[in-house]
Amino acid sequence: MAVTEIDSSAETSGTTKAASADNRPRRKTKIFDHVVLWLGVLLMMGPIIVAFTTSTFDHVTIHREGMQFGWGGEFVETYKNVLYQEGGFTGEVTGLLMTQNSLILGLGFAIGKIVVSMLAAYAIVYFRFPLATFSFWVIFTTLLLPLEVRILPSYEVVQQLGMLNTYSGLIIPLIASATGTFFFRQFFKSVPNELMEAARIDGAGPVQFFWDILVPLSKTMMAAIFIIMFVVGWNQYLWPTLMTTEEGYFTLVRGIRNIMQQMIGADIPEYNEALAMAMLAMLPPALVIIIFQRMFIKGLVEQEK
Amino acid sequence: MTTLRIRNAIKQYPNGAQAVKGVSVDVEDGELVVFVGPSGCGKSTLLRMVAGLEEVTDGEIELNGRVVNNLEPADRNIAMVFQNYALYPHMSVRKNLAYGLKNRGTPSDEIDRKVEEAGALLQISEFLDRKPSQLSGGQRQRVAMGRAIVRNPAIFLFDEPLSNLDAKLRNQMRLEIKKLQRRLDTAAIYVTHDQVEAMTLADRIVVLNNGMVEQIGTPTEVYSRPATTFVASFIGAPPMNLIPGELSKGQLHIGAHSMPMNSAHAGPVTFGFRPERAHMNGAASGLAVEIGVIEELGAHRLIHGRVGDHEVTVAQDAELPPPDGRMMLAFNEQDTHLFDPDTGARV
Amino acid sequence: MEKAQFTSPWLPYLLLAPQMIIIAIFFLWPAAEAIRASFFLEDPFFGTATFVGLQNYSDAFAASDYQRTAWFTFVFVVLVSLISLGIGMMLAVSADRVLRGKGSYKTLLMWVYAIAPPVAGLIGVMLFDQHIGPLVEFVAYFGWDLQVGVDYWDTGFAMIVVATWKQVPYCFIFFLSGLQSIPTSVKEASAIDCRSETRRFWTITFPLLAPTTFFLLILNITYAMFETFGMIDQIVKDQPGNSPVTLVYKVFRDGFRGNDIGGSSAQSVILMILVLALTVAQFRLIERRIHYT
Repeated sequence: MAVTEIDSSAETSGTTKAASADNRPRRKTKIFDHVVLWLGVLLMMGPIIVAFTTSTFDHVTIHREGMQFGWGGEFVETYKNVLYQEGGFTGEVTGLLMTQNSLILGLGFAIGKIVVSMLAAYAIVYFRFPLATFSFWVIFTTLLLPLEVRILPSYEVVQQLGMLNTYSGLIIPLIASATGTFFFRQFFKSVPNELMEAARIDGAGPVQFFWDILVPLSKTMMAAIFIIMFVVGWNQYLWPTLMTTEEGYFTLVRGIRNIMQQMIGADIPEYNEALAMAMLAMLPPALVIIIFQRMFIKGLVEQEK
Repeated sequence: MTTLRIRNAIKQYPNGAQAVKGVSVDVEDGELVVFVGPSGCGKSTLLRMVAGLEEVTDGEIELNGRVVNNLEPADRNIAMVFQNYALYPHMSVRKNLAYGLKNRGTPSDEIDRKVEEAGALLQISEFLDRKPSQLSGGQRQRVAMGRAIVRNPAIFLFDEPLSNLDAKLRNQMRLEIKKLQRRLDTAAIYVTHDQVEAMTLADRIVVLNNGMVEQIGTPTEVYSRPATTFVASFIGAPPMNLIPGELSKGQLHIGAHSMPMNSAHAGPVTFGFRPERAHMNGAASGLAVEIGVIEELGAHRLIHGRVGDHEVTVAQDAELPPPDGRMMLAFNEQDTHLFDPDTGARV
Repeated sequence: MEKAQFTSPWLPYLLLAPQMIIIAIFFLWPAAEAIRASFFLEDPFFGTATFVGLQNYSDAFAASDYQRTAWFTFVFVVLVSLISLGIGMMLAVSADRVLRGKGSYKTLLMWVYAIAPPVAGLIGVMLFDQHIGPLVEFVAYFGWDLQVGVDYWDTGFAMIVVATWKQVPYCFIFFLSGLQSIPTSVKEASAIDCRSETRRFWTITFPLLAPTTFFLLILNITYAMFETFGMIDQIVKDQPGNSPVTLVYKVFRDGFRGNDIGGSSAQSVILMILVLALTVAQFRLIERRIHYT
């Protein structure tokens, strides 16, 4: 008992107190930890910061002198160009339009997934019906095959259905995977059964129970999964690349591919605009997870269970 | 009149296991009946069958003269208080109380009136607009009861409602439940594994074991004339001492000791006596107990010892001098119990 | 615990319908199609298909190109999984220990998670660019003439670095929450029993993190195999040349660029089997964990 007390007091006041002999090793590990963390931050943030500072220079400077670490002063010019200048082969697509498409994909994917998977999870957890086990396993199999593996036939199916270059073709096939369903299934199972029994005694039917009790109870979970799914949806690359050949449907992340291809042929590639575009593409998801950090972590970690 | 009749109720699970094996119990108007037994004895299952939360495999549940076997819980005119309260965490206390009434299409001014009434009765009026998470355990308990009261049900069903409270609060709430039930004069079933709760609350106790009724009776009956060794050892704390003996010609033999017993029975028996009903007469004769450990409890003390190979416990008034080494016990005959060693039934 | 309580002849089916329809059309149908196509040889010009049995599979395994890709994928997956696991754990342990600035460190270290793989790829391409890349300049100090896009393993190196960088935050978040879920009483008991902090880590903390580590290992493998597609696509820039790619990328390239539908499908099916094995491993793990707790 006494030992713990000494330990914990050393832990809280150790940094301010004059270092006694006992305190010294403790202090060393603390400095070591800060050094490790600072190196980690440098490793994680460094590339982003360099990419951002470089994007504020003009492309000739970058081409001549390499990536830049200072402030280039071309910030407004470059980002205005990326956002408003019409580019692409047809000259129709602007950064703003791509941002809008990314938002549609991110929001549509997140909302669609939450709605579809909540309903399915509700059926599986709260109902007794003959095909329950079968349905569960069918949903389960979708975890086995990532879209990347079945990309070619998926493309053909969507093509046959005439859904190429549509928002629904972009969003719906991505919802097929069951991660959300499993997430809500897990959560519903953790809701005390008595709540449902109390509701039944209170005269609530299945629809009322879902709407009056379960949905309000799931608010935090819904928010957590929404944040994750928004980021996942926004960051989709392969599927939008195949699905959208019309530039009007390009998302920001999809647009990266085109920028890259234009750079290959150029004499002096527009490095600054490519990087500015990368910045734009990462900004909304980054903001979302920083602002809703607690919820984001909760959602992410809950999936493990 | 009889509020509830349970006729030969059986609960069998799809895997063949039987949780309730043919139980019949009546609950009279205004009566508080306690189902007591160890965990897994089927008491909660039986209660849930009455509530309609478990299907009745066989038998009949009749509420106010109407068989309710196939009715939804909401249509049975019952109200239930759950062990973990099962309050809707996202609703205010007021909404929690009103939810059941609203689902029944009760006019909103009537809902308001009933909620206010229940709030006043349970002294939770000032908390009506709080969420359950902002309340203490005892307050949540009251809300859970309020939710049952507003509905004016034919019968209250309590499923171990006090087991989440600390000891002090539990005693206090126990008393309040009893007062409330008397005042509302509504029949109630109360499920618990705690025999003290059962003894203090019940008009009648139903002792259940292994899906079957061991005994039904008033607390006094169950305490003073237990029907089986199970009831004898379950009701009363510390439990009744049970030691094997042999009965012949009106004499009970335990080891070397023998005492007269007004019984025509002969052969091996289980002899039972309550710790608090044994006399230490200081005489040389009596049932000899080798004393082991002594626990002082303030008002009285518990003396743990052995009769042959069998542990026994005797309670003694703390004002008397504690015995040492060995003691001799004597009994009034009405305080002794004899059971069949094979069936456990009272002889 | 069995929870199913409501019974309704039609409601559960109605609730399941959206999910089931989407799965049937966009999952089961394509997956069946992939398996079917893997046994046929399709002629891209005439649109005819001949049944060839397992020939697509044997062709795939026999091709030196496939073997080389499989080898690179293996190296790539192992290194990315393990290195990101190691760095993530180290950062989490430090972040769990410090008292001041914990929140800021956490935010700064985790948000790279939000970056899309192709965006990470683009930044990687710049950093490793022959003309402008600071990293190329940096390694040149050590006499390494790093040539991404030209030299096979140099390009592979860049891919591994970028993929690891992108995955570290994910490992970090999980390890940190794993560390924080270790009860304080256990930490205190171990502080009483063992003086050395290092020893305490390896004998107490590390074993307690084992479930998290296994879980992350599986997720990292899945990530490295599939989700790195966008990043690789940026670095390869649609000009394969002498660049290493992963098996998933090859499925895409052979199917869409090479028009070898049968071969691409056969490769898909091989990957499906791999994922199946991974999932089984994951589930056995979860099962075991349930046994322990």
